Amino acid sequence: MSIRGKAHIAGAFEHPDRKIPGKSVAQVHAEVALGALADAGLAFSDVDAYFCAADAPGFGPISMADYLGLTNLRYLDSTETGGSSYLAHVGHAAAAIAEGKCRVALITLAGLPRSQPVPRSGTNVLAPEAAFEQPFGPTTVSMYALAARRHMHEYGTTSAQLAAIKVAASQHAQYNPHAMLRNPVTVPEVLESPVISDPLHRLDCCVISDGGGALVVVAPEVANELQRQTVKVLGHGESPKVAAGGPIDLTYTGAVWSGPRAFEEAGVTQDDIDYASIYDSFTITVLQTIEDLGFCQKGKGGAFVADGALLAPHGRLPFNTDGGGLCNNHPVNRGGMTKVIEAVRQLRGEANAPVQVPDCRIALVHGNGGSLGTRSAAVTLILGREDA
Amino acid sequence: MTVPAQSLPPPVLPAPVPPVNPETQEFWAATARGRLLLKRCLDCGSVIWYPRAFCPECSGLRTEWFEASGRGRIYSYTVNHRGEGAYQGQPPFVLAYVELDEGPRMMTNIVGAEPADLSVGATVAVVFHDTGDGTALPRFELS
Repeated sequence: MSIRGKAHIAGAFEHPDRKIPGKSVAQVHAEVALGALADAGLAFSDVDAYFCAADAPGFGPISMADYLGLTNLRYLDSTETGGSSYLAHVGHAAAAIAEGKCRVALITLAGLPRSQPVPRSGTNVLAPEAAFEQPFGPTTVSMYALAARRHMHEYGTTSAQLAAIKVAASQHAQYNPHAMLRNPVTVPEVLESPVISDPLHRLDCCVISDGGGALVVVAPEVANELQRQTVKVLGHGESPKVAAGGPIDLTYTGAVWSGPRAFEEAGVTQDDIDYASIYDSFTITVLQTIEDLGFCQKGKGGAFVADGALLAPHGRLPFNTDGGGLCNNHPVNRGGMTKVIEAVRQLRGEANAPVQVPDCRIALVHGNGGSLGTRSAAVTLILGREDA
Repeated sequence: MTVPAQSLPPPVLPAPVPPVNPETQEFWAATARGRLLLKRCLDCGSVIWYPRAFCPECSGLRTEWFEASGRGRIYSYTVNHRGEGAYQGQPPFVLAYVELDEGPRMMTNIVGAEPADLSVGATVAVVFHDTGDGTALPRFELS
């Protein structure tokens, strides 16, 4: 079975705020759900499928279904793959819709790590790997730093090349009035920012933000009845990347598997991609991902990004035109939702004007959850305009 | 008598107690005796890291412990300036993956070395840091 063209994204909404004091997490889920349904021209009573991940407060999808009054549900999915969860939800929703299990799927993400910080709990002590990692003090940044160092060792990638990714994101963010960091930065400014865990600097890292977002995925016959321009789901691929008892390799991601699956299902190639939302928890995440998705030769990502390829609207691979997680928003430390939302904006022609890709017809969205330094889950989506 | 600064011992890292379960009890008991154990699959011969009573390579349930040489090379490393949990507020410390001579790449710390002396591929040897709870953390020094 292929999901190509069998489901459409009809509603997308990103919470406008990056710091949200005085509200609960469930409340922000409700606000973004309302926003996405209003964008689609649908109501809560139309929703017959609900998708959420571990950011949803309470018991799987059940607590939020109760809070939101989703009483017409016949399909639930709480797939949890960290920041890539919401891309998986789109793929799973499309498959469920294609099989006739549901017609209107709501996906929500929300959280308040700035206004209501909770201590990082670290790894569950029951995780089988916990004893062999946690006592040595790994942190999120240091895990990606290990990946960056090894990539530099094998391929000669430089800190200045990684910085070019942040520079491109900041060029785009200046046009986004909601972005947390709107000032364009230069390569020297990235390199002169404090080292957090070498070789990664503060400006190699994404922002931490309150906020969230939501998507509404619908059957083609529902899409046909809506006024709003929708976006077709063309392809989906997902894959965990694990060491499986053997030696870990820090130089590639699960995109080497999720990418080809998505391209094959969509029936397109890298050359067809007009715009890409690439997961950008750190600069190294982008670099490895674009190599693994085949936008350049493995190991040549540094030269590719340093050449201005990521700059919108006219670079070879315009990316993250909202400023991405590096500059705009990385709600709840989970960047997948906002990646899908910006791709929807591009395909609708609704990105900020200076960074709107002309005649944007096909977009790729990639998410990576977990950690490049240990184990992760990659999800790739390919989306198309209604005429794609 | 004043001890010259350069001969002071390097700062000792925190040694958090690992969560031990029946599957890994033998590994951690051995660390307290200064021995680094690995698991090998009795069916396919794979060396398995992290240790487990199951072979992810051939799906076999028959495994055995054996003692590692304790020698290896740095696969990757980072000097982390922002420790969390037990490491919060500590001076910068080195997190690394060491590739053991037997094949596995294990997460660990490199201790007793200046960051400038570290490099990918540098040879290292295991040392053990007592957690005070009947276990010890296998860390590595340049060799």
